Amino acid sequence: MDRAEIDTRIRSIIEPFNKKGVDIADATTFAGDLEFDSLTVMDFVAAIEDEFDIIISMNQQAEIETYGNLVDAVAKMVEA
Amino acid sequence: MSEGIDQPDQAEKLTGGSTDLFSKFDDTIAMRANLLASGVEDPFSLVMEKVLSPTRAICNGRDTILLGTYNYMGMTFDPDVVEAGKQALDDFGSGTTGSRVLNGTYQGHKECEDALREFYDMDHAMVFSTGYQANLGIISTIAGKGDYVVLDIDSHASIWDGCAMGNAEVVPFKHNDIEAMEKRLKRIPEGAGKLVVLEGVYSMLGDVAPLAEMVRIAKENGAMVLVDEAHSMGFIGENGRGVCEEAGIIDDCDFIIGTFSKSVGTVGGFCVSNHPKFEILRLMCRPYVFTASLPPSVVATAATSIRKLMHGSNKRAHLWENSKRLHSGLTEMGFTLGTDEPQSAIVAVIMPDLEKGAAMWSALLQEGLYVNLARPPATPANMTLLRCSLCAEHSAEEVETILQMFQNAGKAVGII
Repeated sequence: MDRAEIDTRIRSIIEPFNKKGVDIADATTFAGDLEFDSLTVMDFVAAIEDEFDIIISMNQQAEIETYGNLVDAVAKMVEA
Repeated sequence: MSEGIDQPDQAEKLTGGSTDLFSKFDDTIAMRANLLASGVEDPFSLVMEKVLSPTRAICNGRDTILLGTYNYMGMTFDPDVVEAGKQALDDFGSGTTGSRVLNGTYQGHKECEDALREFYDMDHAMVFSTGYQANLGIISTIAGKGDYVVLDIDSHASIWDGCAMGNAEVVPFKHNDIEAMEKRLKRIPEGAGKLVVLEGVYSMLGDVAPLAEMVRIAKENGAMVLVDEAHSMGFIGENGRGVCEEAGIIDDCDFIIGTFSKSVGTVGGFCVSNHPKFEILRLMCRPYVFTASLPPSVVATAATSIRKLMHGSNKRAHLWENSKRLHSGLTEMGFTLGTDEPQSAIVAVIMPDLEKGAAMWSALLQEGLYVNLARPPATPANMTLLRCSLCAEHSAEEVETILQMFQNAGKAVGII
């Protein structure tokens, strides 16, 4: 699975969570731009984990601030 | 969640453009100021001037029924318990002034751990100075870097803090969601250490975990299991050992964590276990080693109370009656509760928002009833809750009085 495909799949998962219809780019932040609260984060992370059959621990989540960070992190985990 | 704050918050003016480390608290300071500006009594600085019994106190000058103290079994004024404490003060003094592993283990600490081992029918018991420290210490010590802790998203602060302190990989799952827990367990890399942390009763909504299925799945996936039974000890299960006893899986729990500050009626925390190497934790666990042990009077009251709780089946039955009556009464009045059926001694009343919740809390206090106001971030889904915890010493008549007070306050505030 290449980065572009992962990007496409994450984009479709993020849609129902993107309540304000923010334009999503690699630099889009979850806390700032998308205004995700802790509960939204949990549901969103669970959806990503289920889609790719991976675990993103809270320790790893702390390193993921932007949409681009997330795509990179998932790409790395799927590859491994 | 009832941290008393006596000083009014004042903005600190700093010179030289340096950053005020307190600026991160500004949102909370503003929230508190708004709340108090609405004219309610401050929910977080209530003072009990006199405590009359496990169920009554003089609060802010008023005779008040206590319905938010987690004093489930009403042991705080038990004559045998109080006498044991007085005797220990006379015989052993007011404090140990030392760590359990140095000069802070007295006869009373051993007797308290003996009482716990008998109560739970387990091989080992370790007493901590608070329940918070029990979770903090056990979790951070057994789950270290590279290990995985799988835990319910609604876990108590002490569990989260234990995870953070131990540097384990933290993997939360949706509250009480068996499938979500199983999926996460199965994705953990092979060979990694796994600890599943669950609570018997979740204290915010008073709901119970599906421990039979969850513990079975955890064991099938090679995880150790820790269950926090803080809110069920003394009350749930045939011998009051908690939800894990009621669910029939207590033998599969590797660690049970509990507290003395609820049913036992004093302060302190503990862990019981059958793990053959358990005793080494006394040397490895920093929140156990680097703090002073409980005062002799506290362990004496705890040991006496624990032994009395072994024979508390009549009180347990009455407490269930109280919980069922309060739950059905509030439901009939039209309040929204945390659970459809009473599952524990906690009945959580869900408020529409913090302002209404604080107004209702204040109105109940005027009526002469104390409940716990719980607000975000301690609550799930950012809810504002009035948490009621019943006591085996509440009489049936008192529960009817409580219901009448809810009726009056709910109408006055416009919630029902």
